[in-house]
Amino acid sequence: MFEYAPAPESRDVVDIRPSYGLFINGEWADALGDAREKTINPASEEVLAEFAVASEADVDRAVSAARKAYDAVWGQMPGRERAKYLFRIARIIQERARELAVLESLDNGKPIRESRDVDLPLVAAHFFYYAGWADKLGYAGLGADPRPLGVAAQVIPWNFPLLMLAWKIAPALACGNTVVLKPAETTPLTALAFAEICRQADLPPGVVNIVTGAGETGQALVNHPDVNKVAFTGSTEVGRLIARSVAGSGKKLTLELGGKAANIVFDDAALDQAVEGIVNGIFFNQGHVCCAGSRLLVQESIEGELLDALKRRLSTLRMGDPLDKNTDIGAINSSAQLAKIKELSDAGESEGAARWSASCPIPEKGFWFPPTLFTGVAQSHRIAREEIFGPVLSVLTFRTPAEAVEKANNSPYGLSAGVWTEKGSRILWMADKLRAGVVWANTFNKFDPTSPFGGYKESGYGREGGRHGLEAYLDVRPM
Amino acid sequence: MTEPGRLAVRKTYKLYIGGAFPRSESGRSYAVTSSKGQFLANASRASRKDARDAVTAARKAFPGWSGATAYNRGQILYRVAEMLEGRRAQFAAELIDADGVSARKAGELVDAAVDRLVWYAGWSDKIGALRGAANPVAGPYFNLSTPEPTGVVAVVAPPMGPLLGLISVIAPVIVSGNTCVVVASERAPLPAITLGEVLATSDLPGGVVNLLTGRVAELAPWLASHMDVNAIDLTGCPEELAVACERDAAENLKRVLRPATGKVDWLADPGVERMTAFLETKTVWHPIGV
Repeated sequence: MFEYAPAPESRDVVDIRPSYGLFINGEWADALGDAREKTINPASEEVLAEFAVASEADVDRAVSAARKAYDAVWGQMPGRERAKYLFRIARIIQERARELAVLESLDNGKPIRESRDVDLPLVAAHFFYYAGWADKLGYAGLGADPRPLGVAAQVIPWNFPLLMLAWKIAPALACGNTVVLKPAETTPLTALAFAEICRQADLPPGVVNIVTGAGETGQALVNHPDVNKVAFTGSTEVGRLIARSVAGSGKKLTLELGGKAANIVFDDAALDQAVEGIVNGIFFNQGHVCCAGSRLLVQESIEGELLDALKRRLSTLRMGDPLDKNTDIGAINSSAQLAKIKELSDAGESEGAARWSASCPIPEKGFWFPPTLFTGVAQSHRIAREEIFGPVLSVLTFRTPAEAVEKANNSPYGLSAGVWTEKGSRILWMADKLRAGVVWANTFNKFDPTSPFGGYKESGYGREGGRHGLEAYLDVRPM
Repeated sequence: MTEPGRLAVRKTYKLYIGGAFPRSESGRSYAVTSSKGQFLANASRASRKDARDAVTAARKAFPGWSGATAYNRGQILYRVAEMLEGRRAQFAAELIDADGVSARKAGELVDAAVDRLVWYAGWSDKIGALRGAANPVAGPYFNLSTPEPTGVVAVVAPPMGPLLGLISVIAPVIVSGNTCVVVASERAPLPAITLGEVLATSDLPGGVVNLLTGRVAELAPWLASHMDVNAIDLTGCPEELAVACERDAAENLKRVLRPATGKVDWLADPGVERMTAFLETKTVWHPIGV
């Protein structure tokens, strides 16, 4: 591996306050209770800031503000005016992109290369895309008279904090809804920075409200009787609980949940490209990706050759300071997540799979897990069935395309899949047979605001992105 | 309908599962009466086991039916309409018995059911144009979204509208390639089983539509909690049962179509919501290059 001098991105661009309140009705508000939490930099365990834990009463204040803004302002506003607010927000995000990227990497642990080159450009693009829809909803093909739902309760995860905020808020606002959003408790900072962006954009008070806290805050939000829509991205386990608690309320629900994607490599694949795709599939964002290609299905005849190339490539990945521009693999987001990854990896070994990890120095402080792969994995192993949400790849083999399909679909999840082959007809055949919401052929982990994303089966329901993403925030039934 | 002095040969109403007409494995039946309280027949009272058998049959039929061409599915739905038209008098008589409607009204309802099938038959190769998209992503990629059937759908048919209501909930589910297990109107189940006879002679592969008769409150929860059912249409559930079923459906994150608030007019334009509720969107990416 080449020696590189450290090339850290400057922290000077961010201005983190020591303490944050809740963002309700366009103002910073203290929480009614005293409960506070700290958010840390997972790469150093340094405390970045303190934030309020919103109680049920705080959530109620936020929902009331959203309701008032919906009734009095946002629900009435012509689409072309809403559009301009969203375009304005998109522009401010572009202007402050570097600051937000650094903030995201500090709070989340992801490499600056990714927050700068993937997350932030997609965030701005998402607002730009849905801004354009706001005054064209009647042309979306979803019905003659699409109407907003009202107040949307949105709960997002910690793996792509600001991007998930964009996926939730942009379409909701474009469709004329107001929102109360709860960011994850380990990564609240970019959502709180977004509150400032709303103020810079002169967004009417109450259209966007941000409440911080953990599971209880989220529960209070999705169960609030005055919300009309619940949108959640996170684990299948929590998604199930939400679906159950929403039952009977009439609230519209969309869920983007877990995955255990198969990344299928045929013997005729362009091997070097496939290796890059496998690496991007599972080691992008430390594997904290719901659509990660966590099950590598390799055709038996090329298993040895592919694994050699893959291991060679993994040995060149640089793990370390997320703010260093050379870093490929950042920190695991939290000690709890690290413990889960370790537990499942240990289960992999104890169930009989063979572990291989890239040998890279592990920083003393912070939460780290080296890129790891398991060979000799059986479909019954936990590491082949359960979502690890970390940089751990399970390798299985197959002989025929039918067997690949069978194994790929042998999962309660169905979020994404990958196919690597040079044969066009086989790609289309595979794409047809795979029960997954996104199929990446000869590529992996590509996202775009125009492209619908979401799962089959227990990976959730509803789509985010594209024309399809509007449907989650509209009442399209005939009047 | 029969000559004076001749004893009519009555029909035994059984279930319709996997293209066959079995009795309930439970051996149970219940008396079905006309709107005037007159005995019509003993219908099978399906059990949990029957419901599970029906799910198995529906799952088995899914690859073939979802893999059939849209043209083929459309033709088969049209064929169902043809077969139904041919039995117009029989269904009209059953509707007169079940709902106490006039002969004229019964005829209109059968006609509407036939027309509804024809309407949906035409959707088979058009819903893709409505729900699909070529996405202009910001990069050198081919990016295409297409609708696909969700899988096995449990359908609780409405209590009212034993033919038109039933057709209106089955056709939108199967036209896109789903297979289904249907709990017929508990009050008026006989037209459903007669519909089974129509389906069995319409080139519809066995198992695509499975029809159960019996107690809705008994059968719906088993289907709502069944882990191999992908979606559930709760149209025919009373409110409390619908909430319980929606809760059970969360276990494997079934797609849920909730019952409408207020009375449904089955003669109105059905819209596309019943089709789209049971569609997934698949998006395929591929790089563009030389």
